[in-house]
Amino acid sequence: MSLWRTLAKRLIMAVIVILVGGFLSAVLVRYAPGFGTDERQLDARLSAESLQAIRDESSAERGIASYYVEWLRKMLRGGLGDSRSMQKPVAQLLMERSGITLRIVAESLAIAWMVALFLVAATWSTHSAPLEKTCTTASGLLLCLPAGAVALLLILLNAPGYLALVAVVFPKVHRYLSDLVGATGRMSHILAARAKGISEHRLLLWHVIPAIRREILALGGVSIALALNAAIPVEALCGIPGIGQLAWQSALARDLPVLISVSLLVIAFTVLANSGADLLADERRQPA
Amino acid sequence: MKIARMVAIVVVSLITLISMGGSLLPGFDYIRQDRKHFSEGPSYEHWLGTDAVGRDRLARLIHGTRVSLLLAPAAAGISVVLAFVVGAAPGFAGGVTERMAKAIIDLALSLPWFFLLLMVRAMLPLNTSPAVSAAITFSVLGLLGWGVPARILLARARRLRQSEFVALARAGGVSHRRLFGVHVLPNLLPVMTAQFWIAVPVFILAEANLSLLGLGVAEPLPSLGGLLRDLESGLSVRSDLCNFAALFVLVVMVSSLQVAFMKHEVS
Amino acid sequence: MRRLMLPLCLLLLALATPGMCLDELRFYLHSDPKTFNPGLVADPDSETIRYLTGGVLVRLNRQTQQLEPELATAWKVSKDGKTITFQLRQGVRFSDGTPFGAQDVQFTMTVLMDPMLHSPTGDAFRSGQGKISAAILTPDRISLTFPAPVAGLEKLFDQVAIMSASSPKKEMAVLGPFYVAEYKPGAYVALHRNPNYWKHDDAGRALPYLDAVKLEIQSNRDIEMLKFSRNEIHLINAMDADYFDRLARLAPDKVRDAGPSLDSEMMWFNQASEASVASYKLEWFRSRNFRQAVSLSINRDDLCKVVYGGHAIPARGPVSPANKYWFNSQLPQARFDQEDALRLLQEDGFRLVDGKLVDRGGHPVQFSIITNAGNRSRERMVSMIQADLRAIGMQVNVVTLDFPSLIQRISKAFNYEAAMLGLTNVELDPNEQMNVWLSSSDQHQWNPRQSAPATSWEAEIDRLMLVQASAMDDKTRKRAFDRVQEIVADELPFIYLVNQNALVGVSPALQGVVPVAARPQTYWDIEHIRFSVERANNAN
Repeated sequence: MSLWRTLAKRLIMAVIVILVGGFLSAVLVRYAPGFGTDERQLDARLSAESLQAIRDESSAERGIASYYVEWLRKMLRGGLGDSRSMQKPVAQLLMERSGITLRIVAESLAIAWMVALFLVAATWSTHSAPLEKTCTTASGLLLCLPAGAVALLLILLNAPGYLALVAVVFPKVHRYLSDLVGATGRMSHILAARAKGISEHRLLLWHVIPAIRREILALGGVSIALALNAAIPVEALCGIPGIGQLAWQSALARDLPVLISVSLLVIAFTVLANSGADLLADERRQPA
Repeated sequence: MKIARMVAIVVVSLITLISMGGSLLPGFDYIRQDRKHFSEGPSYEHWLGTDAVGRDRLARLIHGTRVSLLLAPAAAGISVVLAFVVGAAPGFAGGVTERMAKAIIDLALSLPWFFLLLMVRAMLPLNTSPAVSAAITFSVLGLLGWGVPARILLARARRLRQSEFVALARAGGVSHRRLFGVHVLPNLLPVMTAQFWIAVPVFILAEANLSLLGLGVAEPLPSLGGLLRDLESGLSVRSDLCNFAALFVLVVMVSSLQVAFMKHEVS
Repeated sequence: MRRLMLPLCLLLLALATPGMCLDELRFYLHSDPKTFNPGLVADPDSETIRYLTGGVLVRLNRQTQQLEPELATAWKVSKDGKTITFQLRQGVRFSDGTPFGAQDVQFTMTVLMDPMLHSPTGDAFRSGQGKISAAILTPDRISLTFPAPVAGLEKLFDQVAIMSASSPKKEMAVLGPFYVAEYKPGAYVALHRNPNYWKHDDAGRALPYLDAVKLEIQSNRDIEMLKFSRNEIHLINAMDADYFDRLARLAPDKVRDAGPSLDSEMMWFNQASEASVASYKLEWFRSRNFRQAVSLSINRDDLCKVVYGGHAIPARGPVSPANKYWFNSQLPQARFDQEDALRLLQEDGFRLVDGKLVDRGGHPVQFSIITNAGNRSRERMVSMIQADLRAIGMQVNVVTLDFPSLIQRISKAFNYEAAMLGLTNVELDPNEQMNVWLSSSDQHQWNPRQSAPATSWEAEIDRLMLVQASAMDDKTRKRAFDRVQEIVADELPFIYLVNQNALVGVSPALQGVVPVAARPQTYWDIEHIRFSVERANNAN
């Protein structure tokens, strides 16, 4: 029963955060400079009436609170509005693109985590300072490389450009993981276990990782948010027709209906990922 | 280890010295455009060649390193402090405070801050000097970049709150403040330090992308991030090793700082 | 069983062989086309689709810049310039087989001129209040009457893709060489050859030669360059000078410099009365001497050499020399003379104090130039202009903004001091720029929406533009517009900087590509483009 109560409480909290987040996103877009403008305003062929009509296209969005409430009502009825810049229903745009983004984010996260875990495990097992330094330098190098340059390099090597996401996520995951593992490895009970002859693999799998599972899960939740945010510039740079590219193009066009929808999606993913991580960590908590 | 640390300290000192003092040397003018020798490779006059408008790359690298080295760590410091306040403290406090902090962090991770940055640019006078614009840019990065570390710190602080040694200390009558300051904070420092070292290059790169919004370090002032952005065109247009000079400096600097100041490594 | 082996093997071979090899041209669009409705086309990518799929009554030959018959075999404009009569080609069908006739022209014009559509193509025809009337004289002869004379009327029909009045496919039924076969948003637009296309070559072979055109969507120019160098795409329009020079070193047969394009780069000062600019600065910007001094201080030769690698020429005025008819060749070359600039400034009371220029009120001359971020050439140009103006004591701050923020400042809030932008997709006829030159217009960038012209020279420009808009003979129009160009070169409301060259990438596997200045620079003669057999085998 308490599990269901906990779930229900977290779900309600998540919904509130998502709705508040959606509104805050709408406010940010509405009051950003350039809202209500359109590139067509520079087209010398357009008459004064046409220009006025272009300006009026966003008039319904000016009262942001009422617009947001109305948008939510439409959403509950199954519609997400129409994109001004792409002249298509937002729901259609999201359906066409979300699969692509989910796939590349999932792939990149899987690769980043697998490589990070492997390197941390290898460093732990071998106690090799040169290996550790190499990994630190490699992740430092990736942190210093612009995502655009990484994407270009990948394309030069005939690899998919979206793997630049791995370069964004991996160094952060690896850095945190290696510090967490390193700090936990210096705890007295680990030292004692090693002194008793327990193998490094067993130590890592049965003693170190369980001790830091909450942080790992938190890092997992956060890395999803990292990857989703990084997907925006990477997709825009590589011309991948995912949600990230949609978000970037809509941001440049100040396309409010699309931006609210995308923001809600990102916020929902982030909240659910982090809440899920917390839930898992809590459920496996040992009694104090 | 000691040798490695000493070498790292020497490297850091050298780079710092050159970047702070290099611009005082004659001939290292980062503004002057030598339009007869633009986009050229290394030469006697320009040791690292010239950029697309004929400015000395070495001078711009020295000056850009100074700008970024002064401001990026400051921004990283701001983000770490904020992460501590929003993440670690509520994580240790627990209860409603912790739940509110989680919600705030989730929002901070997912809101489109791009538009806030646009608003910041709109509020700044157009004639803001490049130096002030650079300082404001990095401050904004620091103020917005605390989400990820806050989440990790919150989880860490929570675990520490529920750990046995903290329970023991509490049962022994240790005050909340002493508990946090003496027992919990030292255990959070490694994570905070890791975040700091990650944030420095991330903010240097992020600054370059902010020039798309009118923020960032304005012309003619160079920055490491701006020089790194040129790498993108360098890959497709000019495969000249000097393009990678900024990357090399940044990697060496960040790695050296980590080796010099990180106390514990995996044993 | 053995008897079946051979036929079985042949069958397997046929199945294993990839489908019949298509002659498919590939190049990039830089973003999704916003619309397939030819009446609503306003962005370059939708324009590409319209050009490749739309059938027009008359076509402007991009090479000769002369009008040629297309779906109309002949046309006549009445003496008062209000009526145009077209004799239509017979036996033409839309891509879905629907017959083409006068009713389709009538339908198209009705749709275009609908005020609720706000079509840029339709607005170009709007010369006065009132409706357009279409009279179908015979099934293949139609007369269109406008409420007021329209200058350069026949040339405007180059932009009007005829839509079917009766096809169930609506605007997807086309009369051009290709039709849209597939559109995957964010990925590509696939065009297939129109089986009902009416044109044939001199040997009687049906056009176009190509079977298909695949337009992938890719905004990143670095990736475009990479893919082109690997022969994964066949054309690049409007290439940056950096890429051009690199490709020219690696594969000189892949790039072409078609000479000055119609595009130009320019800067201007905010002179609007509602400008959020200090009054003393507004005084500077409104001074002809000040604008002349700034212009004289900019080294345009250096801009052409450094930013464009020599693939540009200093601009003299609002029209590029590539616009053969309308360019005023009597305009003087732009000069670079910083001493003369300082002399002009001294006339206005400016003086140098410790190397910094101050006005008569003691205010240091400092202003900002805004431009759009992400355009490397423009960012370099503004950096060089900053250095040039520093030499005469002016301090310039460069601010790069995203496009909507820029538009807000220059069109709505007027909170900027100077701006730098470029003109692209420029039409040949100056009437299409009417809204830029009329002082009452929204797009009169330096001081829009004036209730009465603020200066005598703007009043004169207004008068001249109206003269050229209502004159029916080209000589009168040319005289009037030549004079507009002279006034602009003298008063410098826009300081024109460079006309960049048309730099394109063309795969050696292609034949029939003749790069020109007017857009589309490479595929303007798409029907006659084909792959050469031996080059195609090597390149692919």
